[in-house]
This record gives sequence, structure tokens and C-alpha cells, in this order.
Amino acid sequence: MKFLISMHINPAVLDALTDEEKAAIGDGHGRFIEALKKSGELILTQALVDPSQAAVVSVRNGQPVVTDGPFLESKEYLGGFYLIDCENKARAIELAARIPDTAIEGLGVEVRQVMFADGQLEA
Amino acid sequence: MTAPAIEDLLRELTPQVLGALVRRHGQFEGCEDAVQEAVLAATVQWPAEGVPDNPRGWLGTVASRRLIDQMRSDHARRERESATAVEVAPEDVPDTDDTLDLLFLCCHPTLTPASQTALTLRAVGGLTTAEIARAFLVPEATMAARISRAKQRIKAAGSSFSPPDDAEREERLRVVLHVLYLIFNEGYTASSGNELHRADLAHEAIRLTRMVHARLPEDGEVTGLLALMLLTHARRKARTTAAGDLVPLDEQDRTKWDRGLIDEGTALVKAALAGPTLGPYQLQAAIAATHDDAATAAATDWRQVHALYLVLERIAPNPMVTLNRAIALAETEDPPAGLALLSTLDGDERMAGHHRLLSVRAHLLEKAGDTAGAYEHYRRAARSTASVAERRYLESRASRVRT
Repeated sequence: MKFLISMHINPAVLDALTDEEKAAIGDGHGRFIEALKKSGELILTQALVDPSQAAVVSVRNGQPVVTDGPFLESKEYLGGFYLIDCENKARAIELAARIPDTAIEGLGVEVRQVMFADGQLEA
Repeated sequence: MTAPAIEDLLRELTPQVLGALVRRHGQFEGCEDAVQEAVLAATVQWPAEGVPDNPRGWLGTVASRRLIDQMRSDHARRERESATAVEVAPEDVPDTDDTLDLLFLCCHPTLTPASQTALTLRAVGGLTTAEIARAFLVPEATMAARISRAKQRIKAAGSSFSPPDDAEREERLRVVLHVLYLIFNEGYTASSGNELHRADLAHEAIRLTRMVHARLPEDGEVTGLLALMLLTHARRKARTTAAGDLVPLDEQDRTKWDRGLIDEGTALVKAALAGPTLGPYQLQAAIAATHDDAATAAATDWRQVHALYLVLERIAPNPMVTLNRAIALAETEDPPAGLALLSTLDGDERMAGHHRLLSVRAHLLEKAGDTAGAYEHYRRAARSTASVAERRYLESRASRVRT
């Protein structure tokens, strides 16, 4: 079963962390990726640029309208994700619990099953 | 011999050669690599130079040589004394069939079902890692890691090639059948991505189950599983519209069903049921045969379907079985009787929020004339499923009851 584990970050919370804490998060993700690769459960992981770099696109009267900044007015934004293929939802949750973000107040880690997939997976 | 015929032959021989090699040398992983290389060599040479007189012997010889080369170079690298390098007459591939023992090894109880499935397709089915990855819609690297992890686990569990003893054999055979059933289901419930490849998985599961059946023709559950696959596969052309929409059993165009498969499956299930032991696969096959036997949905022998579910519920209790019996009960008695049986599942944690419970309830409410209730449950079922085709189907049922 495929699951998307999305990481919702709060830039203010991340900014308040010490350099050591930030490094620990990076190391934790590194170890997590290695373990997922070894077990044959990782499909893909990507991290996104800061939400201030986002652009929201809509089309009105056939004309595209582009607004700089994120779509949601929120303190938390999608920061990145893991796309995994594992046995069941319980396993996906067990894996998600190893992501360092889960130990930090103000950061959110969400697990959702994938319903449709297509495209080239060897990215 | 044509290229597809050579491919079929190779895939039939691969597990036999691998099984024989593992029995001689232990070390599953090295043997597996060696056999893959031998098969690759055959794929290149046989179409051009012709199939050798003894193709299995040829593969065994080439694989043994590769394995010994590999063992020697491992030895040299580790700077061990070269004198102990294994000397095996490479031509000697014994004439016994090790396919079953190889299946038992691939379905080793220390592996997760996903790993058992992948390893079985690779080592027994002879599929390449890339083909398996495509079928399961994961990158090849992901599948390669999973297969390699599975091999390491088998190694760590100390499994050379000791086949399970008689007491364990029965239990291990159940695991093998379950893995074959999972492979079939993966192909049958093509919910996303490239459906063509997933349909191939159903074919592959049938081929492997035929292989087991040929070796254990007296086992009622092996026969039952093969029958169940054939009777289910027979309906594949009627299951979806050209646009990929699901067609429920009672609305399927039964002229599209494959009579050949139905006849074969029905004969198998009759033979199995005449045997001494009754099991869940035989009963499920008997239910499938009852449906396949009806020329129209209205002609379905629901009494027999219900009776078979009752027996199944007794020997293998499971909320899914009760759920299916509720559908049959709604037909033999009336929809409220089916709904009453469904309500016994409400406290069952395994069914909490399950889309099948919601959709069956919706279906029975619709039959009972409760349009509002049916609409509500179809909608909830649609939100609960992880299959795009199923969601589309449930949403269309919801709009249908509303109008």
C-alpha cells in the first residue's frame, strides 16, 4: 500500500530552534531515508522551498492570475513529503513516528493512503 | 521454437533449476543470481542457436558454473586457501523437482507478505525485478531493495534448503496458497496505474497455482484455490466497461464470461468437494461456481450461495464472510433480514469504517426502499474506499438512488 507522509512545517517554530536542534533534524531525516531505502519501502521523498517562494495560479475569464505567496493563510505549510510503499496503515504510522518532526511541538506529520498513481517513478 | 514458447519454457524450468541448485549448495542468494544469469544467457542463445536437447540440464550446468566462479572469486578475495574451493560436477542437476521446496522457501514465515510475494514472483515465477516493480507500481530500486532484504532474512533465519517436515508442511502450504491468492488479488483488483501489468499478475498467479496443483493434485485446498482463480478470472471481460467503470455482478453481460475457464473451474471444484477435507478456498470456489452457473442474475441459486456461506462462516469465521452472507440472506429472505445480520458486525473493530460494510448496507437499504439511508451510505462508502474505480461506482449509485 502506498502512503504519502506529509510534513507540515511552521517557519517560526523552525527559526526558534538552535543550530544543534536543526542539525539533529537533518540527521534524523538522513537516517530515516537510509532505513527506508534498505527496507525497500521508499518510493520518493522531496522537500519544498520556503512558502514565501510559492505562487498561486488561478484562471479567471480565461486569463491566468498569479499571486505570489502560499494559498493557505496559515502558520503551517507543506514542507515536504515521503512517498512510501509498505504493508499496511499501521506500518505507515510506525514509520511516520520515526520522523524527527513528530517530536517537535508545532510541526505536523500526516499519513494518507494514495488512491491513484501514474507517471515515471524512476525520478 | 518461437521466442514466447522459449520464454514459457524458461519460466517453467527456472524454479526447478534454482531449487536443485539451492538444495546442493545452500546460499539462496548466490544461487538465485547464478540462475538469473543462466536464464539470461539462454534468452540470448536459444532463439539463435536452437533449444538444447536437455534444456534443464543446460541451465543447470551454466548456473552451476556461474555459481562456482562466483564462489571461487569470493574465496580469492577473502584470501582463503584456494584448495577448499568447491568442486562440483556442474553437469549434475538431479532429476527431481524442487519447485515446491523453493516455494516453501520463498514463503518463509519470517518474511512479510509483501516480501514473500516479491520473492515468489522473482525466484519461482522467473519475473525480473523490473517487471515485478512495474506490476506493483514502485521504482525498480525499491523492489530490488525489498527482494535483497528478503534474501538476507532467509539467510539470517539459517534456511539452507531444508524442506519443512510433515507437521510444518501443511502450515507452510497454507502460507504459499495465501501468497498466490494475494498475487491474484493484486492483479484482479487493479485499482490504479497500468492495469495491463496488473492483469498479468492474475495470469502469473494462475500459472503458479497450476504448477502447485500439478504437484499436489490430491490437496483439496490447492484445487479449490485454482478453481476460485479460474472462476473469478472468467468474468474479467464483463467486470468493467470500456471506460474502466466497474460493473457489479448482477449487471454484467454474462455472454462475455469465459465458458472455458468456468467449465474447468467447475470441474475442479466438484473434484475438490468430493474429497475428504473441506476448506475455505473450496467453499469460495463453490460459491463462485454457483454464480457462474446462473444464466441470468435472477436465476442465481441464492439458497445454495447462502448455505455455502454458512458453512464457510463456521469453518473460517471472518466478518467479510458474514458480510457476504448478509447479501445472500437479503435474497433468500428479504432485505431487512440482511440488514439485521449486518448490524451484528457494527461492534467489530476489523470492520469499523470499512467501505465494504458501508456499501453493502447502502445496497440493502436501497433494496429495502430506504432511499435517504442508501444515499447517505453510498456517499460514506465512496469516501472510505482507496480505489478510484470503486469510488466512481459508489458515487454513481448514490446519484442514482437520489433521482
